[in-house]
Amino acid sequence: MLAFILRRLLQSALVLLSVALIAFAMFRFVGDPVNQLVSLDTPADQVRQIRQSLGLDDPVLVQFGRYVMNALRFDFGISYQFRQPVTALLAERAPATLELALVSALFSLVVGIPMGVYTALRRDGVLARLFQAVSLVGVSLPTFLIGILLIYLFAVQLGWLPSFGRGETVKLAGGWTTGLLTVSGLKALILPAVTLGLFQMTLIMRLVRAEMLEVLRTDYIRFARARGLTTRAVHFGHALKNTLVPVITIAGLQLGSIIAFAIITETVFQWPGMGVLFLKAVQNVDIPIMAAYLVMISGLFVIINLAVDLLYAAVDPRLRVTLKGA
Amino acid sequence: MTDAAPAAKPVPLLVRIRESDMWHGFRSSPTTIVAALVTLVLTLGAVLAPWIAPTNPFDPAQVFLMNANIPPAWVQGGDPAFIFGTDDQGRDLYSAILYGMRVSLMIGVGGVLLAAAIGITLGLVAGYVGGRTDAIIMRIADVQLTFPAILIALLVDGVVHALLKGVPREQTVFGVLILSIGLAFWVQYARTIRGSTLVEKNKDYVQAARLVGLSTPVIMVRHILPNVIGPVLVILTINIGLAIITEATLSFLGVGLPPTQPSLGTLISIGNKYLFSGDWWIVAFPGFTLAAFVLAVNLLGDWLRDALNPRLR
Repeated sequence: MLAFILRRLLQSALVLLSVALIAFAMFRFVGDPVNQLVSLDTPADQVRQIRQSLGLDDPVLVQFGRYVMNALRFDFGISYQFRQPVTALLAERAPATLELALVSALFSLVVGIPMGVYTALRRDGVLARLFQAVSLVGVSLPTFLIGILLIYLFAVQLGWLPSFGRGETVKLAGGWTTGLLTVSGLKALILPAVTLGLFQMTLIMRLVRAEMLEVLRTDYIRFARARGLTTRAVHFGHALKNTLVPVITIAGLQLGSIIAFAIITETVFQWPGMGVLFLKAVQNVDIPIMAAYLVMISGLFVIINLAVDLLYAAVDPRLRVTLKGA
Repeated sequence: MTDAAPAAKPVPLLVRIRESDMWHGFRSSPTTIVAALVTLVLTLGAVLAPWIAPTNPFDPAQVFLMNANIPPAWVQGGDPAFIFGTDDQGRDLYSAILYGMRVSLMIGVGGVLLAAAIGITLGLVAGYVGGRTDAIIMRIADVQLTFPAILIALLVDGVVHALLKGVPREQTVFGVLILSIGLAFWVQYARTIRGSTLVEKNKDYVQAARLVGLSTPVIMVRHILPNVIGPVLVILTINIGLAIITEATLSFLGVGLPPTQPSLGTLISIGNKYLFSGDWWIVAFPGFTLAAFVLAVNLLGDWLRDALNPRLR
């Protein structure tokens, strides 16, 4: 077990290091970092001085080492557009994105799992077929189009919900701003969260359906029925429980891509999060922000992956046995 | 074949198609037929845009600002000359959609073909050469797989435009978009091809080819490739829908095609600005076209996957 954890940790570190290498290469070789910091009439002496103070004359390997060390301290340099530390910029916008991502992940689970169970149990029902058709459309519609559709329906036509922004936010300890405590904040969250979560929801629905159908065919379900357990106990106590492990895995792994996909949703709803910041960085060639965002997302992916793997080992007895044997 | 059996008459291709399982499966699924029709009509519209569109939305001489924001022909205030209405610059929306489809389709297909070319090459090399080459290629694939395609495409787009600073965006945007889609989608092809190459390379015909003294590239391209290419066709079909969505998303986010040469995504992005003033048609028709096309292609892809999967027969 320990060997397994160590191996996974080493692999994760390698992945992070290679992403850091890409980020560093972008930072170092795409455009000259000095040119972005000085104006045209800066004296050549001063330019040389800046170049030296940034350490751009050192060997590339030394520079990479320094980049990694700085990244470990969450120091990703200064944004070209805002002239502010990248870390501060990201931290300021992180709460908006994380709240949005978590709420939409929650939404996709809370709606997706019951829909999946229902479509598996009433396979030929009209409603089940409708869910299936809707899920196909949900996969085919691009996120931004869903967002526009929802805005048109609920903000323009019905006027029930706001179409942009976060509403009123409350400052919590540690500089975290939350929109979850005010009515306008919660109202503003609904449309973006649904937009962002819809794709994951269809994914989870399809997954639960497939897993349920598989499990319902197994012997222990037949045996449970033979023992005279109620249908309800068989479906929810035995079948659903056994489908949840892969579902939770996928949901966990999808959290990272929800945060990445938030770029689109945030743009549609003018949500003040990290995604919009990253998009602005791409448009204005603000390499430090792009690099930092890349490292941050990959860090997130690696942590989630690792956590899911370890949870798997902890939850699934079969895996534990093979690991001990290995 | 024994001597007693009469020589089999070559069956004409049309008959073979008509009597195949695939054609039967196709004919008995109304959804697939509709999907195929929609794909066909929209593709034809895109390909023939320069000949069937009433106006050329890229020709400034044919676009008048005073025609801006005219509603569709059947709505009050509509003009029969513009069936779907006009956009903010007075372009005929119907023509703009035809031309936009053309752009979307070209970039989508181009990007997917590039992705397939990269993926097939790397997958073949990884599978056949093996060893350290294999390890390096597949590690890169693993790392990339942790990122959503749209993020990769955004990054490639940003980096390449930074490298090409000074070159006007209009000239490079086409190639950059195809490149970003190609680099975002190659992994799936590489994995599939590598898997089947690993199986094929130990078969007798490959050993024989090696004994005859054929060079490694010849064995890979002439002997192994034809035997592993099948599944790629299915991935290709399914990926075209995804690639078109990716292009539309990039254009919507403002890093794709500029409003002067709009794709469907650009048109939707333009229309989105006018949603609140009630000019719904600017976003509705391009959006509907995009959704219909992607849905139809996805349905066709699903059908192709099931039809070619021997386990489901």
